Amino acid sequence: MSLMRLIATELLRGPRTIDGPGPDPLGIEQLGLRLGERAQARLGRSLCIREVDAGSCNGCELEVNAVNGPVYDLERFGIRFVASPRHADVLLVTGPVTINMAVALQRTYNAAPNPKWVVAMGDCAVDGGCFAGSYAVKDGVHNVVPVDLTIPGCPPTPEKLLGGLLALLETVATGA
Amino acid sequence: MLGNLTLMEYLTGSREVPNHRPWPRYLLDERGWVAMIHQLAVAEWALLGLWGDASEVHLALRDEEAGAVAVASLHCPERRFPSLSEVRPAAIRLERAIRDLYGLIPVDLADGRPWLDHGRWPVTMPLALSRGPAAQHPVDYRFLPVEGDSLHQVPVGPVHAGVIEPGHFRFTCAGETVVRLEQRMGYTHKGVEALMAGKTIGEAARLAARLSGDSTVAYSVAFARAVEAATATEAPPRAHWLRALMAELERLANHLADIGGICNDAAFGFMLARCMTLRERVLKANEACFGHRLMMDKVVPGGTVADLTREGASILRNLVGELRKPFDSLVDAYDDLPSLQDRTVGTGIVHGSLAHRFGAGGFVGRASSQAGDARKDPGYPPYDELDFEVPVLASGDVNARVWVRVEEVRQSLRLIEQILQNMPGGPLSRPIPTRPGEGMALVEGFRGEILMWVRVSEVGRVVRCHPRDPSWFQWPLLEAAIEGNIIADFPLCNKSFNCSYSGVDL
Repeated sequence: MSLMRLIATELLRGPRTIDGPGPDPLGIEQLGLRLGERAQARLGRSLCIREVDAGSCNGCELEVNAVNGPVYDLERFGIRFVASPRHADVLLVTGPVTINMAVALQRTYNAAPNPKWVVAMGDCAVDGGCFAGSYAVKDGVHNVVPVDLTIPGCPPTPEKLLGGLLALLETVATGA
Repeated sequence: MLGNLTLMEYLTGSREVPNHRPWPRYLLDERGWVAMIHQLAVAEWALLGLWGDASEVHLALRDEEAGAVAVASLHCPERRFPSLSEVRPAAIRLERAIRDLYGLIPVDLADGRPWLDHGRWPVTMPLALSRGPAAQHPVDYRFLPVEGDSLHQVPVGPVHAGVIEPGHFRFTCAGETVVRLEQRMGYTHKGVEALMAGKTIGEAARLAARLSGDSTVAYSVAFARAVEAATATEAPPRAHWLRALMAELERLANHLADIGGICNDAAFGFMLARCMTLRERVLKANEACFGHRLMMDKVVPGGTVADLTREGASILRNLVGELRKPFDSLVDAYDDLPSLQDRTVGTGIVHGSLAHRFGAGGFVGRASSQAGDARKDPGYPPYDELDFEVPVLASGDVNARVWVRVEEVRQSLRLIEQILQNMPGGPLSRPIPTRPGEGMALVEGFRGEILMWVRVSEVGRVVRCHPRDPSWFQWPLLEAAIEGNIIADFPLCNKSFNCSYSGVDL
């Protein structure tokens, strides 16, 4: 019975989702440059993302899970996390890319169909962050697969992550 | 020789290494080390950690009866040491890691396969006095052989279907039933121990905060306490209380996500959605009070860099009030749903004897009759002044691991209230003196006990640091827990363990 009461309360209360931020203008600029370099297909304002942890500390994963949750509710914007790279338009990569994950990341990239975009999320995905220079890391995603957009932060807040992904959506949807 | 010796009685015959705090460190010769292994076979001495050094191995033990903690070290000029794996199976992975990173060979370790080294780094033995050349080719990793009719294997990972960390799981199944699970890790190895060597204490603290992002506060507290022990410094009282406040907020946020996540893996998404909104309130409060949602880098050696304002205290007081009722009604819903309990009760059982053999702590240990909690034993301030209970259950299944978390959420809410009520004033930190020494800390993260060991040089730099994540002693139990369960229940079992990959891959 307690479950029915909880569900009724939630229905009456309405959604807990907060308003989303606008697309990050810096991200749009960064993507505009990349788009000039290669032709893009329109995706009809919908993006499927495959998240790849390439050796993060798991801090970024916590915030990815947060944007998937009911408060930030990424899916209302038409962006969705998928289980297979074969269904993905975007690879969202976290971590400095450990050498032990480099092959797996490369294979995941190869498995995603074209057109595809790569987003490097978090300071260590951008350039290795505090792990840069280690014998065991590649010092950033760009050293393994081409990167289209970076979302810095340690970890990026859900607002920053949403802003970056919305910039990607905006640019991809209008940039054909 | 095999009488009822206490750990201290056994070790005090050896030479004590000066400047190791707060627990003593003894230097054993090889005969003493071998005798200690024999003693370990009969003594209630728990393995706390086992790690390498330039030409030494260090072993941290706790006498479960007398409560004493000590480190035993063996100098190994021949680059080999007698293995502990026969008497402490939890040592197996630690010894494989020591061999990979230091090139120190554990003699009589049955498992000769590398652990962290996949044969892809530009070096081998990266922490040895002289590094080895790159491996010729990647490791051809042989999983343990299986024999039997109609068995098939399912390889999973390192890239998983969900948003989780990378690791490889090799399932051998008979039909739907898992006959054996074998894990292969090392994918997130970043070389943190090598990065820390030679860094300033401040730089090393940033790395310590990123060993496992979900436990960033606990790791920062552990590193800070180890450095403070090494330099004989005591953080001011207010810093202790602020650290405990942040640590309990971290525990709260993680347990909420776990309880929701476990139910979600039993196809009950409602619980995840509700728990995630509660978790988000905690993270928002963290940000408002301390300026970071996960409170990263807010605890530093010497104290803290974030204070709690009057407004912050009232935000947290409101948070506790706002969480309690909705959380209790979610717990009632869990308790009321036979279809959900059908998935969690009796699933993924870890027997108490096995949890004891591996020295597992945290919710994994406490759901299987292991009562250890570093906040109580050995204990550290301010927990000695706070009133809380450590829940212990015996059934060892997914359900028990849910209930331990539920009770810990309630205890953390109580602790936060007490901390807000009684927090002393005064300074936030003290400078760390430039002084050589060695220090160790045991700190209770949300997963269990974290061990941090550090050696600081006379110019105030980190010479050597070893963090031991609680998951070292929990991951192997997951292999046992899933045996005989259906493979479709693996995500459920795995989530109920929620072990760290980054924390053990280093």
